Amino acid sequence: MTGRVERAAPTTTVIGRRPSDATEAPAAVPPPRLRLLPRVNPVTRLAAAILVTTPLLFTIDWVSAAVALTLQLALFLAAGVRPSTMLRRCWPILVAAPLAGLSMLLYGRPAGTEYWSFWLARITDGSIELAVAVTLRVLAIGLPAVLLFLDVDPTELADGLAQVWRLPARFVLGALAGARLIGLFLDDWRAMAMSRRARGIGDHGAVRRFATMAFALLVLAIRRGSKLATAMEARGFGARTARSWARPSTIGAPDAALLVIALSVAGCAIGGAILAGTFHPVWV
Amino acid sequence: MSRPVSERVAPASVEARGWGWRHAGRRRWAIEGLDLSIAPGERVLLVGPSGSGKSTVLHALAGVNGGAEEGESVGELLLDGVGPADRRGRSGLVLQDPDSQVVLSRLGDDVAFGCENLGVERSEIWSRVRDAVDAVGLELPLDHPTSRLSGGQKQRLALAGAIAMRPGLLLLDEPTANLDPEGVAEVRAAVSRVLDRTGATLVVVEHRVDVWHELVDRMVVLGREGRVIADGRPKEVLVSARVELLAAGVWVPGEPLDVGAARAADPDTDVLLSGHGLTIGRQAGRPLRTGVELAVPAGASTVLTGPNGAGKSTLALTLGGLLRPLAGRVVAAPALAAGIGPDPSGWRSRELLHRIGTVFQEPEHQFVARTVRGELGVALRALGEQDTASRVDPVLERLRLEHLAEANPFTLSGGEQRRLTAASVLVARPRVVILDEPTFGQDRLTWIELVRLVRELADDGVAVLSVSHDAAYREALGDVRYALGADSLGTGKAA
Amino acid sequence: MHANANQQSTIERPAKRARDLRWRVVDIVVAAVIGVATGLLFLLWNNLGYAWFSAADALTPGLGGIAVGIWLIGGVLGGLVIRKPGAALFVELLAAVVSALVGNQWGIETLYSGIAQGLGAELIFALFAYRRFGLVPAVLAGAAAGAAAWLLELFTSGNLQKSPEFLGLYLTTIVISGAVLAGILGWIIVRALAATGALSRFAAGQDVTQRV
Repeated sequence: MTGRVERAAPTTTVIGRRPSDATEAPAAVPPPRLRLLPRVNPVTRLAAAILVTTPLLFTIDWVSAAVALTLQLALFLAAGVRPSTMLRRCWPILVAAPLAGLSMLLYGRPAGTEYWSFWLARITDGSIELAVAVTLRVLAIGLPAVLLFLDVDPTELADGLAQVWRLPARFVLGALAGARLIGLFLDDWRAMAMSRRARGIGDHGAVRRFATMAFALLVLAIRRGSKLATAMEARGFGARTARSWARPSTIGAPDAALLVIALSVAGCAIGGAILAGTFHPVWV
Repeated sequence: MSRPVSERVAPASVEARGWGWRHAGRRRWAIEGLDLSIAPGERVLLVGPSGSGKSTVLHALAGVNGGAEEGESVGELLLDGVGPADRRGRSGLVLQDPDSQVVLSRLGDDVAFGCENLGVERSEIWSRVRDAVDAVGLELPLDHPTSRLSGGQKQRLALAGAIAMRPGLLLLDEPTANLDPEGVAEVRAAVSRVLDRTGATLVVVEHRVDVWHELVDRMVVLGREGRVIADGRPKEVLVSARVELLAAGVWVPGEPLDVGAARAADPDTDVLLSGHGLTIGRQAGRPLRTGVELAVPAGASTVLTGPNGAGKSTLALTLGGLLRPLAGRVVAAPALAAGIGPDPSGWRSRELLHRIGTVFQEPEHQFVARTVRGELGVALRALGEQDTASRVDPVLERLRLEHLAEANPFTLSGGEQRRLTAASVLVARPRVVILDEPTFGQDRLTWIELVRLVRELADDGVAVLSVSHDAAYREALGDVRYALGADSLGTGKAA
Repeated sequence: MHANANQQSTIERPAKRARDLRWRVVDIVVAAVIGVATGLLFLLWNNLGYAWFSAADALTPGLGGIAVGIWLIGGVLGGLVIRKPGAALFVELLAAVVSALVGNQWGIETLYSGIAQGLGAELIFALFAYRRFGLVPAVLAGAAAGAAAWLLELFTSGNLQKSPEFLGLYLTTIVISGAVLAGILGWIIVRALAATGALSRFAAGQDVTQRV
């Protein structure tokens, strides 16, 4: 060292050790595979979810919703979804269902005996029945979408959308590439939250802080997106050449079976309601 | 091992004649009047100051400059005698940022992406994918999740994706700027192997000349607006264009850095911040390192190094009071705590400001205001100070940001953003300053500036702790040096 | 030649800029990324305050509509940034898909509402022939997205079974909310985004940044 002979050269102190119980690069917990569905194309699951739930949107009665919900629960249990998984994945639906019911209870079209009223809110026989129906309906509509997609791989879904449903490949793959950035966005979000604390504005003003972070996230997202677009284009994405597919996406008998099951559930639900005389089109 | 003949490609030629490009909405041409001719199989290193349009050339050669909506061109730029946009797949491009080049979530799928776009047969795709993954030395299964690759691995993945298209021209746009030394070495080795196997033409843009000058056989120096100011063998150009290169912030190999050397300090005197028996990690149950003991003394610069994934940044955040340790204690000395508790993670956000300032690795994570001046006012307003201008202006001046005072922080260049984040922390005059990879990807001029700034801070009595894997930074500023252990060595002294 | 180039640029802009309504790769990817980011922001926002809003929605006669606007912002952002046919729809739909897949309560309905709200905003941009992207189209697009959401919920939420007073109030609040929280706010956000230089590859950014 020049000039500072009286001092020794700095030495490096090695600190810390790898924890003995540390797992090597913890793998993401794989989602539970649905037992009866492994060979079903993800787009078929999407179709099934649409087929099961869409008919329910046209009626508002407790029988159709209850029948659909019961059958769905039985089928998912048979497919190997554990009740604990259901609760964990579906809790937002469990919260939302009674809230939707409450709104209907207060503002549903009044009929029959009135039990309570305040300004526009009126609880009547009719609104009680509607409230029960709506609560069950939210569950019956929400459940299949969440559970059918438990173990769907986004890449396989995109392959199916582009190859089986023939949606425009550029848009499907663009969306897929964008979706892959979610993990990075969440890392960005955490880093931004810490930086707000470091900068002295982490104590209060949650809404304002959210706004600055949301805006910064959009800036980062667009920057990343622009760079990603360049990288994709450099690899020939969007060229006029006909695209080939490294991973074939096909459909077969299991797909047909799932669609039949989905139609049957919807059929039982609507048929049950008609038989029970509770079928009630939303527009009547 | 003999390689299949199929991996050889016909190397591409490049010809620019009076070529220029102007981005839409800009008055100034990004590059103008470029004349350059590259023969098939040549390996060219392209350097120049920021604003010389070198990336623009590279993007144009890759055919990704965008059409009429994004700008206009003059003159001719030809790849094998035709416009690059008509020759998709003839060139392969690797960009700077590892994270924004990964397209798909599985390694093999990502490499296959380019081949799919070119309409290559399925069976052919997978054999090309295996060849490419092998060529870049990624010894991982094809279904390995791309999200779990390191920066160096991601860059090699991007390289594999490019060469799977069998391009005759390989274009690299600062491919190692965001990598640690280990990643840099990995990528350079992979590029070298790929070129030997394929024989493709190479054009690489990079301000770290030392990484590439032995691998290329020609070096082209661009001046402002794309004028070629030197062109020839790297050894000769490094001598003939030395002044211009240094002025452009290029890392000229062997050129001494005029910043002085670190001076050994006693880590146990005037300790302001220390960690005792720390177990660090971002999530409970996922400890990265345990038994961490360190002390950060006032009036000296402490540098923390360690291998990838050892938790250097996590330790910095923990010491900075931004993450709670999973076990053990972070202790602020009474001189630092100044009347509040000794545990920084328990302090309020405002209380951190003039005690511990943390500068994060990614500047854009930290911006909260619309102007540079506004960024500097944030801390002062949080501290309830009335007269912000008298505090802000000297800091702006010190970090050469006055002319940008009203600019939007996001529009600044990388080096300017780095200086701004430092400024926005320093304005609150914290007793401890923590910097995470402050010189990451910076050019030589910014590097020197940052190193001098840290030295000044330490001389002023501040306790500075930097996380860095930059060896030159450690030489200049490692008064006290810590290394997070690579394995289960435990605590101990090493040279 | 510099002078010549400068002159050309002043004449060219904005009258003669090539206006191509076909989607470039960067349009698709950035639209996707905006959709994904907005979807994610909805979720993060939900953590912050959704329970409160849904409670307000349930307990007040249609006043919950006031908060709905923020969920309509994707379409406005998409339309204003990308400026191509289908952008509002694509972005809003993706935002809906992301919030549905990462976990929300409405399941497959989210897809339908994403489509409906996106179409609402899209309709306005189409009426302006994808030529105007100022405050007026933004406000109208937000309002139309709100109206479309209201229309769809008549069926999906069974709102046809609610009293006309509720429905009237709900329509009013949701349209106003869409106009303000999606329209005006979306327009402000896009201007602020342009000021950061992030939109330099888009006409929306090139109009604002007047750097050398």
